Amino acid sequence: MTRSSSFVLVLTVAMLAATSCSKKNEAAPLPKPTAFGAAIVESSGGKQSAQTGTPLPQPLVVQVNDEQGNALAGALVEFAAASGVTFDPVNGLTDSNGQVTTNVSLGGMAGRYQIVASTSDKSHKKIELKVEEIALGYQQNLGRVLADQYCQRCHNSESTPERVSNYDNLEVKPHLFTEGDTYNKISDADLTAVISHGGPALNKSALMPAWGNTLGKGDIPALIAYIRAVSDPPSHDAGAVYAKK
Amino acid sequence: MKEKFNSIWQRLFGDSVRAFGVVSVVFLLSLAIAPAKNFFSEWRHYQRGYLRLIRNRSEANTLQRHYKSGIQQIWLPELGVVDRCTSCHVGLNEASLTDVASQPFRKHPAIPHKLDEFGCTVCHRGQGAATTVAEAHNSTLAWEQPILPAKYVESSCGQCHRGPLPGTPVLNEGRNLLSRYGCVHCHTVKLPDGTTMKADDDPPSLSHIGDKTSREWIFAWLKDPQAYSVTATMPNFKLADDDARDMSAFLIANSTPVAGDAQAVSTKAAADPSAGASLYGESFCASCHAVQNAAGNMVGGNVGPELTRVGSKVKPDWLQSWLRNPRVYDPATAMPHYRFNDAQVATLSGFLQAKADSDLLANVHLDAATPQQIAHGKRLVADYGCASCHEIAGIKKPENFAPELSRIGSKSITQLIFLPGMPHTLPDYIAGKIKQPRAFSPGLRMPQYTFTTPQIDALTTALLALNDHASSLPPSLTVSATPESDYQPAGKAGKLMTDLACFSCHRINGHGGDMAPDLTWEGSSVQRQWLVSFLKNPNTLRPALIRRMPRFNLTDGEINDLTDYMMTVYQNPSVDRDSLPLSGYPQGQVELGKQLFYGKYSCQGCHIVDPKNDKGYIGPTLTQVGSRMTPAWMYQWMKNPQSLRPGTIEPNRAMSDDDARAITAFLSSQKGAGSKETARK
Repeated sequence: MTRSSSFVLVLTVAMLAATSCSKKNEAAPLPKPTAFGAAIVESSGGKQSAQTGTPLPQPLVVQVNDEQGNALAGALVEFAAASGVTFDPVNGLTDSNGQVTTNVSLGGMAGRYQIVASTSDKSHKKIELKVEEIALGYQQNLGRVLADQYCQRCHNSESTPERVSNYDNLEVKPHLFTEGDTYNKISDADLTAVISHGGPALNKSALMPAWGNTLGKGDIPALIAYIRAVSDPPSHDAGAVYAKK
Repeated sequence: MKEKFNSIWQRLFGDSVRAFGVVSVVFLLSLAIAPAKNFFSEWRHYQRGYLRLIRNRSEANTLQRHYKSGIQQIWLPELGVVDRCTSCHVGLNEASLTDVASQPFRKHPAIPHKLDEFGCTVCHRGQGAATTVAEAHNSTLAWEQPILPAKYVESSCGQCHRGPLPGTPVLNEGRNLLSRYGCVHCHTVKLPDGTTMKADDDPPSLSHIGDKTSREWIFAWLKDPQAYSVTATMPNFKLADDDARDMSAFLIANSTPVAGDAQAVSTKAAADPSAGASLYGESFCASCHAVQNAAGNMVGGNVGPELTRVGSKVKPDWLQSWLRNPRVYDPATAMPHYRFNDAQVATLSGFLQAKADSDLLANVHLDAATPQQIAHGKRLVADYGCASCHEIAGIKKPENFAPELSRIGSKSITQLIFLPGMPHTLPDYIAGKIKQPRAFSPGLRMPQYTFTTPQIDALTTALLALNDHASSLPPSLTVSATPESDYQPAGKAGKLMTDLACFSCHRINGHGGDMAPDLTWEGSSVQRQWLVSFLKNPNTLRPALIRRMPRFNLTDGEINDLTDYMMTVYQNPSVDRDSLPLSGYPQGQVELGKQLFYGKYSCQGCHIVDPKNDKGYIGPTLTQVGSRMTPAWMYQWMKNPQSLRPGTIEPNRAMSDDDARAITAFLSSQKGAGSKETARK
């Protein structure tokens, strides 16, 4: 009995210490805002996906505007998310373009992470912007690697010097993997059929070849897991949403 | 006081019945401690939480049936696993629990292994036999290995899988960086299979550096390599001005000239100012060399060094003889011997010489070196282990210059010295050390690299995979890597292929680069006539390709030697070149093949046969494929492309013999009107 009570005591002390520590960490580096905005909007960097625990490919950029909708410099923006997500930096003052840029690393669990960027207006009321980012687990990330190798040349309309897109050359346009409105209506079984037997399996274009003899065991479920993870609006089995409590 | 004690004693043990009663109560209470402790244990708390969680779910009955109460254990003697994690992580195998956000009940994400066959700690580390959260997850006095943070978890795959896996991009990248940045020049890494990790960079020999560049450039480079080239893999040694001055003095004094290395050509560069740029473009220098453009982006490949400021580095005479034949200066260089004529050498060297940055050496003023400075420079060159990477005449490559990293992933944290404020874990230590090596002690010689955060995480992941567990696994449990072969072609053609550095881009029999197509079966695949005209004037086969085969200005005799060798030696045993004719297929079969090509198989999605209507950009253009490839190869390719070229993205359509023959007939009829014109150019 004494043991458990001492355990409780130790635990409370530890928790107190932890909370006081975290308070100290948050309080110390907060810069002083020189302006207060009326709105906060996303500039770029939302809806990205990256492997669990790794940084997103592009930084998250948010912008603070004043009442007239003009970019506002010197406003304080703070970023917050569920535990495991890290920001570099975690807060900052908007630059001359009214923007704050932060590099985001997602948490260790696969799923969607809700990121809250907040600033205060003139009456010290918090204005919040919610952005979602996607953390890919092992299977989804394997799907991403395979999609990059086999699919994205046609299923992605963006060209890079290393991978020129073939999207515009196709008579029947392939669906981008983020098109949730399309993919969410197709069952896993149908997706498996169209990947392994080609477009005609679902009465779709023969320009989509059959990959069943090329992809290895486990590759098609991985591709489907990836498509489900990045689809927008989210698929019903996109996994958990992690938000700050 | 004494009275009070006596009265209590009297009350409790006054007569024997009362004493018996009290002792019995104490005895019963003490007996209850163990069951109470058990009842209030952490894992029971979580199991009760799990039962509360599943009670309201629609599949409660199934989950209830799968649920086993009490301490659970996965015991795998072969892997050294005794894991009780499943006592609290109850729903790891429940397919329906993917959406549970609260741990420890969520289903484990899909991986290729069964949890019951591998356990948990093999991948996640931590103390498997523990039954409390703190003991299992954190390091304790008795157990050093805490849970591995998720971003490093691929390191665990690397314990058994010694080669790259498609699902472990971070680990693969980390292993590549260890080779590419030459970490293993100084740090020995003995892999668990007994081999030693080899470096993949190619640090130049400094024995003749005086031919190539000036002392001022060496000084500036030693001070800050990235100021000259953003992409340089050479790290910054944070040298003091005097030290860099003395080292540059030694390197110049130590350098001996190479015969024939400073022969300037007498021919003048072409008068046309754009001639240099077009020769640079035509020779596809950008396939290997990058140049930073005005926007600050790198344009070009990373096989050779960046050339943005090359004019500030190299001496004009050296550059000309290098362009004439790089193998005179460096017999093992990855640069091909282009066989430029004198006018071309003058034009190209003039073009490159103009890529200079006047700011780079503007503030470098070095007085003539004294013998003391040279001697001091030599000492510094030996001290900093320059010879670990570079060949330097008169200085031996130091053995075990830096700590061996073969078991770094199991290093005990009691042996580590952490920076203030740094979490006391091994991954944090390794990452911190890579990020800022000199912060650990100003006297350390490890240089400063310019890695990004993802690169540091990747390197840490690769290093964590080098641990005691990986080394002690029985070979039956490991998946070995395919080692790079040391294939070298023989004879005259072999010499030519070395001279042209074919292996810098092409892969043959498991040896060489991956920029250009694998040529292992080239003799079965193409027609001799085409190969001859291609080597004479390589035209690109893929419309969207930016890295292309350069023209080497070969003589007819050289082309003949190369072609003969490739057509004879690089033959695939499953392709009989003579089994199908080059032409003369019945019109009906050709027509059927055309229908299959455009209809059933829709090859035009990726390939172009009719340049007017087809737009496919992924595969090679097939307008002249009938004059390029052998029908026997095409037939076999239709049947199973991966059997000929493993890893090709051409999908295996499992065609019937008839379909494959018809498409072969159709493609063989695509002789291309322009084939003769190309040869004439």
